[in-house]
Amino acid sequence: MSPQPAPGYDRSITTPVEPASLMTETSRKGEIRIEDVVKVYGSEAAGIRAVDKCTFDVPAGKITVVVGPSGCGKTTLLNAIAGFHSITSGTIYLDDELLCGTARPRADPGPDRIVVFQNGALFPWKTIIENVAFGPIVQGRMTRKQALDKARTMLAEAGLRNLESNYPGEISSGMRRRVEIARALMNDPKVLLLDEPYRALDSLTKSVMHEALLETFDKNQVTIFFITHDLEEAIFLGHRVVIMTTRPCRPKKVLTIDIPHPRDYSVLTAKRFREYLDETVEAVHEEALKAFAAGERER
Amino acid sequence: MMEPDGYAWWALQAVSSIKFWRGALAIMAFIMLWELASRAGLSRIPTPSAVAVTFNELMRDPSYWFSWYLSTQRVFTGFIAAMLLGIPLGLGMAVSRTFYGTVFPVFEVLRPIPPLAWVPASIIFWPTQELSIAFVTFLGAFYAVVINVIGGAQAIDMRYYQAARSMGSSSWDIFRRIILPGTLPSIIVGATVGIGIAWAVVVAAEMISGGGSAGSMGGAKGGGLGFFIWNSYVGGSYTQIVVGMISIGIAGYISSALLRKLGELVTPWLREQ
Repeated sequence: MSPQPAPGYDRSITTPVEPASLMTETSRKGEIRIEDVVKVYGSEAAGIRAVDKCTFDVPAGKITVVVGPSGCGKTTLLNAIAGFHSITSGTIYLDDELLCGTARPRADPGPDRIVVFQNGALFPWKTIIENVAFGPIVQGRMTRKQALDKARTMLAEAGLRNLESNYPGEISSGMRRRVEIARALMNDPKVLLLDEPYRALDSLTKSVMHEALLETFDKNQVTIFFITHDLEEAIFLGHRVVIMTTRPCRPKKVLTIDIPHPRDYSVLTAKRFREYLDETVEAVHEEALKAFAAGERER
Repeated sequence: MMEPDGYAWWALQAVSSIKFWRGALAIMAFIMLWELASRAGLSRIPTPSAVAVTFNELMRDPSYWFSWYLSTQRVFTGFIAAMLLGIPLGLGMAVSRTFYGTVFPVFEVLRPIPPLAWVPASIIFWPTQELSIAFVTFLGAFYAVVINVIGGAQAIDMRYYQAARSMGSSSWDIFRRIILPGTLPSIIVGATVGIGIAWAVVVAAEMISGGGSAGSMGGAKGGGLGFFIWNSYVGGSYTQIVVGMISIGIAGYISSALLRKLGELVTPWLREQ
């Protein structure tokens, strides 16, 4: 299935180096530096090494997609950035500020880093608009009325206006993800941490979600750290794609996807896109096989 | 209220009426069988027609209604106390490991003791008989409430806490905006189960303790529905026994239905999904 790269095709784009040209200035920052991060579950000697000597950057104002087999330890990394879990050693910085390191193994969760969860975490007992308004209210940044007004604007912008007074249980899971991203953006975060947010959706809904996410990104230029095991999704969305080894998790290959934003679904059939896929499918498949074999042994 | 809405509305009407008629038919069939069985001498339980006559007489007897009043008052005194104590206790055990470790063992040792086993101790311990009966009723509802609250609070998804923390919630915000609403459905389940147990317990407590001291209206038919049944038995009025039993069934049904309705009101997000 793998066609030869077009003549004159520049293979250097797959080198794990960030070209300076991609680092444009954005109003909100959100650069994450992950350095030598190790996470061992259980005791240092006998425990499970989920992440090992993991080092890579998440550039500010870009979409970085981390790809790896299920259970490879990428969610562990995301939880460390969010402050839900500790790390064993190494350091993680957000805009040169230490989030967590050996001396402080667990970051404080905060509104500068908002997670959108795999299965969603909209509060089922709050209406859509109350969910979206939640952050600024508990932070004391806005009065209830101000927050609801802002949430209303936000939902209208995302084309979700008519859902305001519904409960999350009453709308489709695709809609729930979009509401959740709106709720995240209400906090004015530096980074959005997305943990396989579209995993449970069918592929048609997924494609709609992807375009909505890219549209949101183009409007907000918020840094996005996106986890998936779907390579096509990764290349379609990402400025940068980090392919992870299976457990213990560390970068195997870092790609810069040189397809200009804004992107739409025609990209999927573009030659460039197929070429990136050919470049990487081997690496991902290799890790998937390893993960599969490891899974069989564990049982 | 449902607006008439063409086909869907008529379909709904049809379904609900089939359900209604099926239920009504079942009850009528049950009464018929009962009537036949009693007339055929298969049991010494009085026939429904005889019971209906007695029921009709009692409806005009204030002392019968006074029994309703007394039992209801006892059930609700015990039940409300169980809610007031049980909800905070359950929530406390759910949020604090230390508190859980301290209180839960005691709770688990006391829980298997049937509320009725408390009747003698309760009569000795409490100054009035009214309080003794209410206390036993309280115990019946209390365990159901506490167990459900703990279970409900512990079942709240971790992600809700994480999301709330990320967005900058204080511990108080988390309690008020996550734990409380997250536990509410289980509180309602606990309350519905609890009030059922409370009715079961109050009747037995009244039988054992002799209906309490509030007997000015009382006589044989006052003193609570449980006492009313017992007294009818002692007096040999079998139709009254059955009336008493049916009264308790109705009382329990109304209490549960009220709580369910209340529950639907306070958990609008659980409606029709």
